[in-house]
Amino acid sequence: MGYDWQPLLLTFKLATVTTFILCLIGIPCAWWLAQTRTRFKPVLETLVSMPLVLPPSVLGFYLLLAFSPSHWFGAWMAHIAGLKLVFSFSGLVLASVIFSFPFLVHPVQSGFQSLSPGLSEAAYTLGKSRWQTFLHVLLPNIKPQLLAGVVLAFAHTIGEFGVVLMIGGNMPGQTRVASIAIYDEVEAMNYDAANFYALVLFGVCFTILLAVYLLNKRLVMRVGST
Amino acid sequence: MIAVDIRKRLLGAQGEFSLEVELHIAQGEFVALFGVSGAGKTTLLRCLAGLAEPDSGVIRVDGQTWSAPQTKLPVQQRRVGYMFQDYGLFPNMTVRGNLEFALRKGTNKQRVSELIEIMALGELQHRKSDSLSGGQQQRVALARTLAAEPRLLLLDEPFSALDHETKLRLQDEVLRLQRHYGLTTIMVSHDVSEVYRLSKRVLILERGRIVADGSPADVFGASQPSGKFSFAGEILAIDAADVVFAVTLLVGNQIVRVIATADEAQRLKPGDRVMLMSKAFNPVLIAC
Repeated sequence: MGYDWQPLLLTFKLATVTTFILCLIGIPCAWWLAQTRTRFKPVLETLVSMPLVLPPSVLGFYLLLAFSPSHWFGAWMAHIAGLKLVFSFSGLVLASVIFSFPFLVHPVQSGFQSLSPGLSEAAYTLGKSRWQTFLHVLLPNIKPQLLAGVVLAFAHTIGEFGVVLMIGGNMPGQTRVASIAIYDEVEAMNYDAANFYALVLFGVCFTILLAVYLLNKRLVMRVGST
Repeated sequence: MIAVDIRKRLLGAQGEFSLEVELHIAQGEFVALFGVSGAGKTTLLRCLAGLAEPDSGVIRVDGQTWSAPQTKLPVQQRRVGYMFQDYGLFPNMTVRGNLEFALRKGTNKQRVSELIEIMALGELQHRKSDSLSGGQQQRVALARTLAAEPRLLLLDEPFSALDHETKLRLQDEVLRLQRHYGLTTIMVSHDVSEVYRLSKRVLILERGRIVADGSPADVFGASQPSGKFSFAGEILAIDAADVVFAVTLLVGNQIVRVIATADEAQRLKPGDRVMLMSKAFNPVLIAC
């Protein structure tokens, strides 16, 4: 019996794509949540946080229903973008984006909230647009929180199991990510193969987190000492 | 020329009140806004800058409407130089970076070097702005404000965090730069001596209304010099000494001790703010 690198590569591909999309959507969302005064803010914050407390199977179940071609959303996505979301890689990405959303949004939002409103106001009086201010003043000043958000989202996507199982199934090269492969191999009593996947995941996650802590320490020290 | 006629409801320590200001300021004037905390000074400045919106009324500057019902010129287009109480320097940039970021499109970078030289920031220019002392940050904030070539300079307690010597030096610099560029300037201040030194005109704001408008000498009542001294002070202690009482006061940074009668002492208690007056029959003046 063999084991191969495919599930691991698929896992990291999924985590990378998911994190990239999360950055595009999550960072602006975090900024908007940090400065909005809408009455609905608590409701929106609760929605963002739901994946933290919901069992992955619950989320996976509803996503499975929504993604199914017989549901209007699944049908609409198939019609508009030609995307088949159930038992496919693009479905996994979409589900992962929803599932890891709070892990990116929370640290980044609190980063934005910790900045003095005087920073944006100073930039505005200097004639800078909101976009220039966001890019050159706000983002560079929340680097540690950005890093934390990106890494948490990435690591969390690597560790996903329930949601992937519900909507992805176990298709080699398509949806068979490492966590599923481990479960599968254990069920088939292939402990060696399971151990291989588990060990690689363990090593990679440990290395990533260690790198983040070291980098964060340097960032914090630089801020503290300068 | 700036014409302001605005109203805005504010929430102060003693409940709601409304800021109601009607005001004309000529080109190149240096005006001080004086008043206790919570009188609406900063709000007035923020309305001028476009960071706060008046409930009603009009702000016009050089014939251009900045604020009126249904019209609001964005902050970015007003070209005000706003120096914030907490400076608002960008911690991710160096001193030079802060100044360069402030430049308008197409401005020669030479202007940054000029300002660095004028404000004596040469040695600090490659330091990150959050590594500077309060006084240094204030100088950078002022330089950055000027780098953007403002048409109107708004200073919110610009010298509050400085020691006496730095304060005097920076005040001179501000005055020189203000005259050099002919900048209309509005400065919020709590400090009578600062107002005297810098401005030709002072407005006193009390609970949102201008209650006095004139030269500092007129407004602070020194137009008819008298032989009397009067100082505001705070009572630190009252001690009985034989038939009289010794009252220890803090006047400015000095602790003085004066005699009070039993009658006076009864009406006072430590922590009271009082005016200390004395006739100057034969004062001694020593240069320092």
